[in-house]
Amino acid sequence: MLEKYLPVNISTHGGEIDTLLINLHYLMLVLFVGGIIFYLIALVKFRQKEGCKANYTGIKNTKIAVALALVVAVVELVFDVMYSVPIWANVTATFPEPKDALEVRIIAQQFAWNIHYAGPDGKFGKTDPKLIDETDNPLGLDREDANAKDDVTTVNQLHVPINKPVLVYLSTKDVIHSFSLPVMRVKQDAIPGMIIPVTFQATKTGEYQIACAQLCGLGHYRMVGFFTTHTQEDFDNWMSGQVEAAKASDSEW
Amino acid sequence: MDATTVNLHKTHDHHEESFIRKYVFSVDHKVIGIQYGITALIFLFFGFTLMMIMRWQLAYPGEPIPFISSWFSETSMPGGIMLPEFYNSLGAMHGTIMVFLGVVPLAVGAFGNYLVPIQIGAPDMAFPKLNMASYWVYFIGGIVMLVGFFVPGGAANSGWTAYPPLSNIATTGQTVWLFGMVFLITSSLLGSVNIIVTIIQLRAEGLSFMRLPFFVWGQLVTSFLLLLAFPPLEAAGVLQLMDRLAGTSFFMPSGLVVSGQVLEVSGGGSPLLWQHLFWFLAHPEVYVLILPAMGIIAEIIANNTRKPLWGYKSIVYSAIFLGFMSFIVWAHHMYITGMGTTINSFFQTTTMIISIPSIIILTSLMISLWGGSIRFNTPMLFALAFLPMFGIGGLTGLPLGLSASDIPLHDTYYVIGHFHYIVAPGTIFALFAGIYYWYPKVTGRAMNEFLGKIHFWFSLIFINGIFFPMFIVGLAGVSRRLYDGGASYAHAQDILYLNELMSVSAWLLGLAQIPFIINFFMSMFNGKKTEANHWQATTLEWAATPSPPVPHANFIEIPKVYRGPYEYSVPGHSTDFTPQNQA
Repeated sequence: MLEKYLPVNISTHGGEIDTLLINLHYLMLVLFVGGIIFYLIALVKFRQKEGCKANYTGIKNTKIAVALALVVAVVELVFDVMYSVPIWANVTATFPEPKDALEVRIIAQQFAWNIHYAGPDGKFGKTDPKLIDETDNPLGLDREDANAKDDVTTVNQLHVPINKPVLVYLSTKDVIHSFSLPVMRVKQDAIPGMIIPVTFQATKTGEYQIACAQLCGLGHYRMVGFFTTHTQEDFDNWMSGQVEAAKASDSEW
Repeated sequence: MDATTVNLHKTHDHHEESFIRKYVFSVDHKVIGIQYGITALIFLFFGFTLMMIMRWQLAYPGEPIPFISSWFSETSMPGGIMLPEFYNSLGAMHGTIMVFLGVVPLAVGAFGNYLVPIQIGAPDMAFPKLNMASYWVYFIGGIVMLVGFFVPGGAANSGWTAYPPLSNIATTGQTVWLFGMVFLITSSLLGSVNIIVTIIQLRAEGLSFMRLPFFVWGQLVTSFLLLLAFPPLEAAGVLQLMDRLAGTSFFMPSGLVVSGQVLEVSGGGSPLLWQHLFWFLAHPEVYVLILPAMGIIAEIIANNTRKPLWGYKSIVYSAIFLGFMSFIVWAHHMYITGMGTTINSFFQTTTMIISIPSIIILTSLMISLWGGSIRFNTPMLFALAFLPMFGIGGLTGLPLGLSASDIPLHDTYYVIGHFHYIVAPGTIFALFAGIYYWYPKVTGRAMNEFLGKIHFWFSLIFINGIFFPMFIVGLAGVSRRLYDGGASYAHAQDILYLNELMSVSAWLLGLAQIPFIINFFMSMFNGKKTEANHWQATTLEWAATPSPPVPHANFIEIPKVYRGPYEYSVPGHSTDFTPQNQA
């Protein structure tokens, strides 16, 4: 029932988050409807009537409120311990081996997502804030560095292959942003001064979006990035095209 | 004794206070309560107006705002079209004004001040001058906040949460906001000390703690929260001021690059420190918003069901437990800042535990209806609506409180829907209930029931029209604080039509307040004159003093208390209420 309100899910881990979310809403619905029925009956049954006095004691069993609260708390703690904590540990704190994953640096800024791939050598070139030039080199990538020669950088274009873990190193140049991929059930704040790892694995190809979830200034609403999932083959083609382009612009450098 | 001394003596006894002493710089808690009430209601209305303006932009992004565009400068609405900066200012100021200048001052400053002394049989607050200072510091804080709109760059625009570094690099309005906050926090501290001491020291003879009306308990716990939680935010506010004005870097790491320029800061600070300090206040603040509301609801439900509050003791213990627990749940606002599983597990578990006392209180209030003889007057309607509305607010806190289900919902409209259900149809409905209920006490005249019921029904419908769709928008994954209501995003396209529905509901909710405003002012002059005990209530403020209460000292004679607060329909009694002061 609730599924149709959620964005599509194309991640390996999104299903368990959705299931938790949906089951919680069933619990909420049961509690709410139960409460409302009691409430409406009480309002009708005990409305003020001529010659009828209120009952001083009311419901005699004095423990039902505490009992109900404890039962609900136990159910909540089951959701907490059995589902939420393991899912959290699995989704946000279990990382693939870097060699098995596609490593990407994502550096947020007002109001764009800088994407930095290491290229064929698998090594990220050095960056230095002093080299930052907002038009030509928003990351401050040190082109003199040997590791940087084949690095690929894009603005607002995150491409990943499906069925392969992606390991993102998330950071920000200026203020707090929040890296949100609604279709992947991924959301992580980018905090100045910190590099935070984020991992996910896509299951379907398609074109989707990156959203900013944290107020980051006047352009927060338009901080849209594009998120494209490819088959491994298409991704490799895209990547080699990007590497060629990067090398070409490097020789101009 | 010669003539001169007699005369002196006489002038002293019949000392007529000047107008200023009596109505402006008054030390009478009743006058201060009214001052707080009027000021807070004006701020509530103003804060709501800001939102009604924002909702135009959300419903019709980029279209010139009709009727009122000429009121705004070219720097905020060129050609009548709102700029994103101005939208962000309106958002930050809406939150700040509603919470710190509207709801808390109304719930604690107005209701607490006016009612606590007369409910406990005290002649005044323990520290009348401190009380006066508290109001005037609040007043200055409010003015300072408003000044923000007129400085270059406009009012604070980094959200009511003011997260650095955004707030550190924001325009001057943020500095003004911080100064305003320092005043408001100071005011709350003065007020909370006063309420705590008053309740502990000035209870009438026989009024033991377990005979206190639950409203007083709500105020007591709230005051402790204000006293203990606000100082960290005051410190944090001063630190942020230092960062902005004195070149410190409490919240700023080095190496930040803003618009291509490396920021010249000494560095070494942490933006997360602010969030911890902020939420260490702002989570207890949620209970500061809700406990006085529960107090009001408890009074009105007991009175209008004509039976004792069911489970009084467990309600009181729950409120105390809620107070303690509210200090160890703050980081559930920060799940996605990069928190590890251990810390995260701790905070989500405490968050689940804090739902226990809330459920006990809500359930007890619901069970209180059973066996009653329920009168459906205006205050009772608002109080009854509070129960399911607060229920929705509380239940939707569940998927937000569990970290895994919080991932897709964090910072979306789901959050906005959740806390507005707690604060708007929750707390603000309770405050309306309180206004209708105690208006006869303050003025000696009753408010009009017909206008009150119109106000209630339309408010109930439209307030749900605003906030319920937010859950759908949030489930779709649409972020909050978007200037165009999500129009830039593909995943928001399906829900954009709801923006218009929510906006129209907000404007209609605005219109639905007109009967209230008319009623509020008309009833002062034309309202039906009432007896002292308009609602046949048991508590001291109704039973032991006329309406309005005796100007000085509240009571002709300080009452003695013989029984609990809600002795309604006691078997064997001729009347259906037995006042606390009846021997």
